[in-house]
Amino acid sequence: MELLAEAIATAGKAIGAGLCMGIGAIGPGVGEGNAVSKALEGMARQPEMAGTLRSTMIMGCAIAETTGIYSLLIAFLILFVL
Amino acid sequence: MNLNVTGAFIYFTIPILGGIPITQTTVSSLIVAIVVIIASIRLGKNLKKRPDGVQVLVEKGVTMLYDMVAESMGEHNLHWAPFIGTIFLSSILGSLIGMTGFLRSSTADLSCTLTWAVLVSLIIWYNGIKNNGFVGWLKGFTEPIVVMTPMNVISEIAQPVSMAFRHFGNVAGGGVITSILYVALSMLSTAVLGAIANTKIVPIALLIAGAALLVLFKQKTHKKLHAVIGAVCAVLGLFGVLQAFGLLEGVPVLALGIPAVLSCYFDIFSGFVQAYVFMLLTMVYIGNSCPPPETREAVQS
Repeated sequence: MELLAEAIATAGKAIGAGLCMGIGAIGPGVGEGNAVSKALEGMARQPEMAGTLRSTMIMGCAIAETTGIYSLLIAFLILFVL
Repeated sequence: MNLNVTGAFIYFTIPILGGIPITQTTVSSLIVAIVVIIASIRLGKNLKKRPDGVQVLVEKGVTMLYDMVAESMGEHNLHWAPFIGTIFLSSILGSLIGMTGFLRSSTADLSCTLTWAVLVSLIIWYNGIKNNGFVGWLKGFTEPIVVMTPMNVISEIAQPVSMAFRHFGNVAGGGVITSILYVALSMLSTAVLGAIANTKIVPIALLIAGAALLVLFKQKTHKKLHAVIGAVCAVLGLFGVLQAFGLLEGVPVLALGIPAVLSCYFDIFSGFVQAYVFMLLTMVYIGNSCPPPETREAVQS
């Protein structure tokens, strides 16, 4: 019985961490994709601005990634600490 | 094989003030601080009128820093440049110090990044109180209308928390992902090589087949496919043979090299980007709290 309870708890942790990471990655994915696509449009239109656009894009991506990192942290907490 | 994820661990505790724990993070932050201080003193001495060698690089870096500060904070905030540069150097060296192997990244600990973020917040609040007076600073929370006060307070608290968690999560998450991959690869290599090395004929056959594929099929079409399959077969066969004859017993062969690629991304690229982002956000926040002198007078009059 105790073994079963432990197995259910482990399964719940795995499902929870997977869902957390999977759903949490949607937002940053879409956001970073948008940022990169717009930056590419800008670079294609004005190649002389490519350097500035690239560095701004990388910084924007890093900031957009924040929510994804939050969910990563929560997934780690669920997996290894809970 | 078990994966164990822990925080920084405590070397010893100084028994004053209820015990001050000396953790891995403390040690690596102190090492980073000492390195930065010694480097700054060494590089700042003996400056020549006509720069040569290292001085050119240092001058380039310092000029870039001052330009960046002047661009995003304004000329009147140039005295913040050393602080910004120190945060950047501590952050990037703290992330890179994990690559030495025996020290833990100091930024992979929430206490380190949260300390910096709270420091930045304190500076912002100090500037707000200095510029607007205590009452004026408190009144700033009720803008644009009084109902928004809780929102403003929450956003004020969320700002350092978000800054700290972004940096900490990126570095710590990268480390955990690298170690997960490492464990997975060593399990895979145990499974695959164990299966191959069970009988001594299979690895020898694989080795011969791989070598034959590599040597014989060079003239035919699909050269690359043959080369790849041949190389994989040959490598697996070679390690299988070594394993079957008792050499390399239990060495996770597949875990050599591959995690290094991931480490390149997570440690070098991610560490640099996060240090840059932290520095930029610090500049933006402090710059916002120190408006240029003329507008401050214009607001007051």
